Amino acid sequence: MKIRTVGRHIRQGFLNLSRNGWMTFASVSAVSITLLILGVFLLLALNVNHLADVVENQVEIRAFLDLTADSEDIENVEKELEQILGVESYTFVSKDEGLSEFREGFPEQDQDLLEGLEEENPLPDSFVIKAVDPQKTGEVAEKVLKLPHVYDVTYGKETVEKLFKVTNTIRNFGLVFIIGLTFTALFLISNTIRLTIMARGKEIEIMKLVGATRGFIRGPFFVEGLLMGLIGSIIPIILLLVGYYFLFSYVTSEFLILNVMLPLYPLALQIAGILLGIGAFIGIWGSMMSVRKFLKI
Amino acid sequence: MIEMQDVWKTYPNGSTALQGVSVKIDKGEFVYVVGPSGAGKSTFIKLMYREEKPTKGKIFLNGFSVEKMKEKQIPRLRRSIGVVFQDFKLLPRLTVYENVAFAMEVIETPKRNIKPRVMEVLELVKLKHKVRSFPDQLSGGEQQRVALARALVNNPSIVIADEPTGNLDPDTSWEIMDIFEQINTRGTTVVMATHNREIVDTMRKRVIAIENGRIARDQERGEYGYED
Ligand SMILES: Nc1ncnc2c1ncn2[C@@H]1O[C@H](COP(=O)(O)OP(=O)(O)O)[C@@H](O)[C@H]1O
Ligand SMILES: [Mg+2]
Repeated sequence: MKIRTVGRHIRQGFLNLSRNGWMTFASVSAVSITLLILGVFLLLALNVNHLADVVENQVEIRAFLDLTADSEDIENVEKELEQILGVESYTFVSKDEGLSEFREGFPEQDQDLLEGLEEENPLPDSFVIKAVDPQKTGEVAEKVLKLPHVYDVTYGKETVEKLFKVTNTIRNFGLVFIIGLTFTALFLISNTIRLTIMARGKEIEIMKLVGATRGFIRGPFFVEGLLMGLIGSIIPIILLLVGYYFLFSYVTSEFLILNVMLPLYPLALQIAGILLGIGAFIGIWGSMMSVRKFLKI
Repeated sequence: MIEMQDVWKTYPNGSTALQGVSVKIDKGEFVYVVGPSGAGKSTFIKLMYREEKPTKGKIFLNGFSVEKMKEKQIPRLRRSIGVVFQDFKLLPRLTVYENVAFAMEVIETPKRNIKPRVMEVLELVKLKHKVRSFPDQLSGGEQQRVALARALVNNPSIVIADEPTGNLDPDTSWEIMDIFEQINTRGTTVVMATHNREIVDTMRKRVIAIENGRIARDQERGEYGYED
């Protein structure tokens, strides 16, 4: 195919869009509405996933050292921790810091019960450790336990396992839901586009009689499908991002918690990319499938 | 040059349209195909541009072995001939200009060559003033002139027409026939199925009469020969 023919197809594709008036409008609306619904649930799923991440990231390991461990031993443990794969970060908590933490857990009027603890601090030194992958906290904890001078680790095993079960279920459910919704969108949109092209079977017949090859007939339909998909996805992208921006500002200012929702950037780019991609794909796919039907005859 | 050798055509539903047709049409001839309706005229025409495939027999056209062609080669056959239909078959969403230009775009003609040539044929069919109109804004005669312009724009050596005046009033029909006569004088072969007694009897040409799927008569400067 020559360059000028490609140019011709692009021009003709645009022309067909404008001359098909309400047919184009129907297809573009179908794309917009379906992608809007898909987009809402996509944002929801991504944020739920994000929340699950936030919650999972609260999980930490507490590794307690032998009471006899001196500063050299502590340094050695630190070096060992450095070597363990899967450890994201660790902080040393001295026995004194441990004690004040412990103190804070008691109400004012009971503080006198704790008197005398300074002289004879029974708490060990410890490390607070975070795993790179929170879901692997258990494995990391086991490795840490094997280090010399570490006599115990805790990470709330049962609570954490339950938590991960819940977050994983939510994630899987979201994924299945999004995939199902995507296929529904594919089906609905390609069906609408098919209807608009069905009405043009006669035109395709005429083109064939004048000696047009299949490729030549397909060209403008390809462009048309692509354009319908792209135009149809721009509207929901704008609506979704503007809506998300306002919701985000509201939630962060009203509840004063910063990381409950994903920030607009890079989320905006991801959502725009996904919706444009799906729109373009179904636009082209829908129109090519319908043209194929007539080219067979 | 068009040649058919013992051509038979039975449609999938069992109705037989042609039974052993052999015919030879030389370059530059003007041929009317006449006969009662249902005789097989349209089938005869459709076999030439491979809208239908013969059940048996051979067809040669411009050096193509028409019945043997693969699906992929058919566009090349169709580009080498111009076809005109009773129902015009214009693209409804394209303007007059674009409909004619379409036939040139299909063969990937450079854009700068398309415009002068399209205007030239539109001049020939006297429709230059309607270039921007859409088919549904034109009369039947005007639509047929657009179709004729489209058939002629690539200078085909053969023009095939199936009852091109079938939907037109007598005056308009004569305008169309004048154009066919003109292009035939310039050397284009014309094959035209028609029901129009007045035209056949006035503008005398070779007449091939088909009856019941067979050639009943083949006569130079023949008459229409049927009561309407
Ligand atoms: N597509 C088709 N399918 C089945 N039968 C057909 C088809 N086209 C034509 N016929 C039959 O073939 C015969 C010849 O038809 P046709 O070639 O259209 O004749 P004409 O053009 O002379 O009126 C008729 O009996 C007609 O019913
Ligand atoms: Mg007929």
